[in-house]
Amino acid sequence: MQYQAIVIGTSAGGLNALKIVFSSLHENFSIPILVVQHISSHSDNYITKFFNNLCMLNVKEADEKEKIEPGNIYFAPPNFHMMVEEDKSISLSVDKKVNFSRPSIDVLFETAVYAYCPALIGIILTGANNDGAKGLKLINDNGGLTIAQNPKTAETRTMPQEAINISKTNNILDLEEIGKFLNKIDKDQKKILKNLN
Amino acid sequence: MNQENINENINIEIKLLLEAIFTKYGYDFRNYSKAHIKRRILHRVSASNLNSISEIQHKVLYDKDFFEIILRDLSINVTEMFRDPSFYKHLREEVVPILKTYPYIKIWHAGCSTGEEVYSMAILLKEEGIYDRTQIYATDFNKLVLQAAKEGIYPINKIKEFTYNYQKAGGVNSFSDHYTAKYDSVILNKSLKKNIVFAEHNLVTDNVFAEVNVVICRNVLIYFDKKLQNRVFNLFEESLIQGGYLCLGSKESLSFSNNFNKYTIISDKEKIYKKKLGI
Ligand SMILES: C[S@@+](CC[C@H](N)C(=O)[O-])C[C@H]1O[C@@H](n2cnc3c(N)ncnc32)[C@H](O)[C@@H]1O
Repeated sequence: MQYQAIVIGTSAGGLNALKIVFSSLHENFSIPILVVQHISSHSDNYITKFFNNLCMLNVKEADEKEKIEPGNIYFAPPNFHMMVEEDKSISLSVDKKVNFSRPSIDVLFETAVYAYCPALIGIILTGANNDGAKGLKLINDNGGLTIAQNPKTAETRTMPQEAINISKTNNILDLEEIGKFLNKIDKDQKKILKNLN
Repeated sequence: MNQENINENINIEIKLLLEAIFTKYGYDFRNYSKAHIKRRILHRVSASNLNSISEIQHKVLYDKDFFEIILRDLSINVTEMFRDPSFYKHLREEVVPILKTYPYIKIWHAGCSTGEEVYSMAILLKEEGIYDRTQIYATDFNKLVLQAAKEGIYPINKIKEFTYNYQKAGGVNSFSDHYTAKYDSVILNKSLKKNIVFAEHNLVTDNVFAEVNVVICRNVLIYFDKKLQNRVFNLFEESLIQGGYLCLGSKESLSFSNNFNKYTIISDKEKIYKKKLGI
């Protein structure tokens, strides 16, 4: 399988968790990453600045209609849902909150399934509610690869635990392992591509 | 049947549904964001206990009330007063001083939803002393939200957020000067409605109806594809006087449109543009 995108959802404790995952990704990691981090609707763009300083990839807040390109990490803007179009571009929406959240992880995951599955990786990290659990199940049901952070070592365990219960994912990893796991996938699929050419 | 096939069929069914809606009712959603339309339609399929989008199509054609439900599904009406307070602050500080130089001012709110944005503007203009010489046109393609907008009554549990926004937006009085509370609602002052005309207007299918100093169209164009956005930008350009202002939502931009060279940027962050002179 050549994975074309990674979607990640997290809430409480997410910044620390993402920091560990992102800083371990190798420099030419090329699968594009889309992230929903629950955040106050009044916050500015400090998150993207923060991550840009500590990882090799280009981290940005998503713009509407933006084409999803390799080597980028896209964050949903505060107070907008982020959706993936089947032409692999980003749409934003101010639609009602879902699971008390805007942006909502389920909205991102649900639309990413149509655009990418089965070539999609979904990841749920630390968090305090159940947003993303349905979305992760949908990715699993449609043949994508799903990962949940190990609830035992998560800063807040509810979100990954709910995701595991509902999606039945088999990949339960500590944060340190997630980056390594993704690096390996990225490297392996590049090798296969190279051999094909 | 495999997943890819199912998805292909879903997309075909949605396309046919949108054609049916357009042919029967004249509302044209064919160039809206596909991810948005699909999400809303699939949710309606499960919420109404139907088995497929084709069943939705049948019901839409034969049941006008059901069509109204679909219309509501597809038009996202979520809004608030002084949404993005920094936008209103900028408007107050950078645009209003110029507006004050005109003897008579016309403002068009396109896609005004339930009216919160329009009343925010009315309050701002009132506090700046120019409301009495302003005419506001507030339009939307959804009759139901226009009806609510005309009433100007909002649930009291939203007032905390509105007040917070009002203060951040540079409000000079107390927000409570502008409404009276009754049971679990707040009723905006009648004087705010005096110069507002609420009317049905569809940005996709209707044309220019007035020449205005300011066009405000926020969080509507994010639902349109590039082609449709360009149509609407043309409409706005034709409606604006020379030196008039175009204001978009915080995540919308004129930068990639055919119309970009006709404007100067007043604020990139707040998405405020000024139509050049001599255009
Ligand atoms: C999310 S609301 C934006 C409300 C307000 N401008 C704000 O930013 O808070 C989008 C509005 O656009 C309206 N709309 C969508 N398509 C439209 C069209 N083709 N013509 C006119 N209004 C439209 C919807 O009915 C809805 O009320």
